Order: sequence, then C-alpha cells, then structure tokens
Amino acid sequence: MQGAGMSRQPAQTAIQAIGLRKAFGEKVVLGGIDLDVPRGTVFSLLGPNGAGKTTAVRILSTLIPADGGDVRIAGCDLVKDPDGVRRAISVTGQYSAVDGLLTGRENLILMADLHHLGKAEGRRAADELLARFDLVDAAGTMAATYSGGMRRRLDIAMTLIGAPRIIFLDEPTTGLDPRGRRTMWEIIRGLARNGVTIFLTTQYLEEADQLADKIAVLDGGRLVAEGTSDELKRLVSGGHVRLRFQDLAALDRAARTLGAATRDDDALALQVPSDGGVRSLRSLLARLEDASIEVGELSVHTPDLDDVFLALTGTAGTTGTTGTIKTAERDEVTSV
Amino acid sequence: MSTFSHAAADSATMLRRNLRHALRYPSLSVGMMMMPILIMLLFAGVFGNALGEGVGGPAEGDYIGYVAPGIILMAIASGCMTTSVSVSLDMTEGIVDRFRTMAIARVSLLTGHVAGSMIQTLISTAVVIGVAVALGFRTHGGVLDWLAAIGLLVLLTFALTWVAVALGLLAKNPEGASNSPLIIQFLPFLGSAIVPPESMPGGVRWFAEYQPFTPIIETVRGLLVTSPDGRDAAISLAWCAGLAIGGYAYSKFLFNRKAPR
Repeated sequence: MQGAGMSRQPAQTAIQAIGLRKAFGEKVVLGGIDLDVPRGTVFSLLGPNGAGKTTAVRILSTLIPADGGDVRIAGCDLVKDPDGVRRAISVTGQYSAVDGLLTGRENLILMADLHHLGKAEGRRAADELLARFDLVDAAGTMAATYSGGMRRRLDIAMTLIGAPRIIFLDEPTTGLDPRGRRTMWEIIRGLARNGVTIFLTTQYLEEADQLADKIAVLDGGRLVAEGTSDELKRLVSGGHVRLRFQDLAALDRAARTLGAATRDDDALALQVPSDGGVRSLRSLLARLEDASIEVGELSVHTPDLDDVFLALTGTAGTTGTTGTIKTAERDEVTSV
Repeated sequence: MSTFSHAAADSATMLRRNLRHALRYPSLSVGMMMMPILIMLLFAGVFGNALGEGVGGPAEGDYIGYVAPGIILMAIASGCMTTSVSVSLDMTEGIVDRFRTMAIARVSLLTGHVAGSMIQTLISTAVVIGVAVALGFRTHGGVLDWLAAIGLLVLLTFALTWVAVALGLLAKNPEGASNSPLIIQFLPFLGSAIVPPESMPGGVRWFAEYQPFTPIIETVRGLLVTSPDGRDAAISLAWCAGLAIGGYAYSKFLFNRKAPR
C-alpha cells in the first residue's frame, strides 16, 4: 500500500558497517572496516586468500558475532534484530550448502517450505528456478551426484527462493571452469538488473572488474582502497612499454640508453614506464634507433586491476600507490 | 502465523528432510536394527539353555522371557548411535550454515532430528519385539501393562535421543560421533539385561544396580513377564526425565555455542 506522501522513504543503504572488528585470539582478521553499499548495486570485496573476506561475510550474514562496530543491513541492526536481517538476506557461502541426499527439486522445495511459501507456490518457485538454472534434467537426481558447476547453480537457486533483497556471494566462482564462471557472471548480472543488492567476495580481479559497481580491496584486515574499477586503476601510476630484444647484448645497451627501466634478463625484456601515448612511443623508439639498437618486439600495457591489486596488496611494488592509500603491513596478514 | 506455529512448521519440514535421509541412506538404520537382533539370537538361541538355568527367580528356565526386555532396551540405545552420527554429519555440511542465516526457528533443526530419530528407533524396536515373539517371548501382561511398558520405552527413547543429539554436537566429526554412544549401547550389559546383577562381582554389581538401565529393564520385565515393582518404575521415570532435560539443555547450549566453520 502507498503511504501518505514521501515522508518515509526506505533507507537507500542496503549494507552499512562502521568500524567492523574481529579477531580470532591474537589474530586480527578485520581491523575496523567501514562499508557502505547502496541499494541495488553490486559491491565487491576483493582480496587475497586469508584477507578476511569470508569472515566479513560470516559476520554480516549473522553467522558469527563481531568484536565491535555498528552494522545495519536493510535498516535492521545486526546485533539487536538478527532475524530482521535474516529476513532480508540470502547467502551462498564458499562451501556448497546443498543437501546431497535430497534431489535438486527437493532442495528447492525445502527452502520454499522454510520460507513458508505454501505448497503450490513453493513448487512453482522450485520448477521456475530449475528451468532458469538449467537443472530440469537433473531435478530428480540426488545433489550428491551433481558436478561442481551444477552444485553451484543449485546453491544459487536455493539462495534465490523467497526473493531476497540482499544477496551475499562468497567466492561464487571459485572452483568453476571458465564456462561455469561465465554462466555465474551472467546469473549475477541478471540479479543486479532486477534490483537485488549483491555483496560479492572474490580473489579474481577480472570478476570484480566485470561485475561490481564498487570495489573495496581488503588486505591484512584493512580496506586498502575503495572505488570503481576505473578509480582504482587511476591509483597506480601509468602503464608501461615492454620491449623484447634478440640477445643479451642488445638488452644491455638498451638498458644503458634508457636508464629508468626494469630488466627481465630471462625474457630478454625491458619494461619502460610510459603513458602509452603515440608521442612518447615515438620518442622512445627514436632514442633506441639513435643508439642503433634493434627491438624485437614491442607491447604497450595500460594499467589493469592486476597492477592495482599487486601495488596495494603485494610486498613489492607498492611504490606505485599514492599518498592517500594505506599500504597493509604484511605481518598483520592473517588467515581465517 | 505465530512464532509457535512457525517453529512447528519448520520442525515438520526438518523432520521430512531427516526421514528422506533415512530412506536414501538406509544402511545406518538397518545397522542399528541388526545389532540387537543378532545379540538376541546369540543369547536366547545359542547361550539360552545354559543362561536360563542361572537367572533364577520367576524367569528360571524361560531365558527369552528374561533377556527380551533387556534387548529391547538395547535396540533403543542402538538407535542413539545413528542420531549422533546424523547430527554430526549435518553439522559438517554447509547447509546448516544456510539454515542459520535464515529467519527460521533455530531449534527446529534439532527437533527435526529428534522426531525423525524417534520414529526410526521406535520402528526398529517394534521389529526387535517381533523377533523376540518369534523366538518364543510370551508375556503375561495385559493391555494396560503393555501400554505402560510402551509409554516408558517411548519416554526412554525421547530422553536418549536428546542425549545422543548432544553427543553428536559434541563430536568433532561423524567418526567420533559413532564412538561415544557405544558407552550407552554397552550399558545394558552391565545392568540386568543379560544376567541378574546379583550374580556379578562386587564393584560391577554395585554399578549394575544403580545405573539407569537396570530399573528401566526391571520395570519393563515386571510389566510384561513377572510382576511390576512401583519403586523401579518411579526411579525409571526420574532417570528418563533427568536424561531428557539434561540432554535437551546441553544440546541447546552446544548448538548455540558451536563455532561454525
């Protein structure tokens, strides 16, 4: 029903966390992170193994308590109203959460029953999801016999029963083959189109790049960067030109001529910082020609999220980060 | 719907799930039924003549009459093992985490297990009683005696199932869960199931007289074979109530505390 006027607009924030902290004994897994995920957007928490991604999902989905911090999900306080949170969310964890001894269809009907959908409506929802996730042929076989990709699809289908408004996906494509991964991406895009808020964790940059409206990089229990993928790419200084030579002698002479460059002796290659523009390329080649150095191969690299990721979370190569970015201290990196 | 009817509906959903599991994976259920049947065949059919002379009292010479009530209790104790294993299996599966993130009655997962296990255990107990009758078990009990005996057995099943749920939650893995209930399964031997405690050496005899299975076996035997003893019945009811309350409270504590993976 329509309310009177616009006075009570629903909160525009789906997930909001302030100062979220969690430690397991001495190990600090989340060192006070802030999250703000607007409704209807895809948010990706990106980080290497052991960065604390799963811990964050487990806290936000009411599975484990945080040590500190304020969290509101769908307007409900995580601590005071966990059932309110649970009514709004649905979770696909990193580990398969299907019942292996039930068939695919029975798994979906189990979820429908737990959402109190009613018999007819539950069966209708189950059959519709089986069709949508290409599981009709396997609907009557036990989930234990499913392939990894089928299990994942069933897992997501179970997550969608009850039309949740906020979905947590913890590394949804880990362990899938490239085709399965692309199928999963299509599923996630479809959900986003329907206005579902998605909180996605991944260790694949490409995945975050492809799917997320906003990316936060988690490392060592801290958010070391946050923004759109374009914003993050801008954080690392420029790209580079990679030159390959015929022999070590040519590489030596080029390195002497160009000065500021990174050598890779095994590949007979030289990486020269460059913005990739035509003018700078022309001047680079002119300098090499003046010194009569023969270049075997030339390629231009613009920065991608991999550069960002390495720059932000790697031990080496953090020089590319700007002053606004806190680089993580490696000794704080803990595993969950 | 009210909170209670939600909890009831969720428990019924979980019960359906557990019964399906039992049908899909029957080896556990069949195994739990075979153990007491084999023991009965062994003690009544093979050792029965010699043991029958020794039991004394009203049952002398009628060893199947003496041993059957004890074996019926073993069937119930044996059912515990499957409960512990299936609870422990469940806890290692990712689906429990899914349940925990849903707005469902939390206890329904456990009540579903308890109801499912009770149904299975009572069915297998009925089969064991049938085998006992086929081996020559005859009772002098009337309808009321039978009803009283069945009531006590159902109560014991309820109590032991909650204890088994706690043991299943306590176990680190399903293998561990299949070990701890062995103690419960073994207890009737050190009671009055096979031979009277009076025939046992000092310390064992003391234990046999005061452990929970002995008064329950005596009550069932009294109702069905010899004559009922009110004192045994009262002690039996107290044990069942205590085990049920303790098992339920400890299960609930463990389930809420259990650190998920």
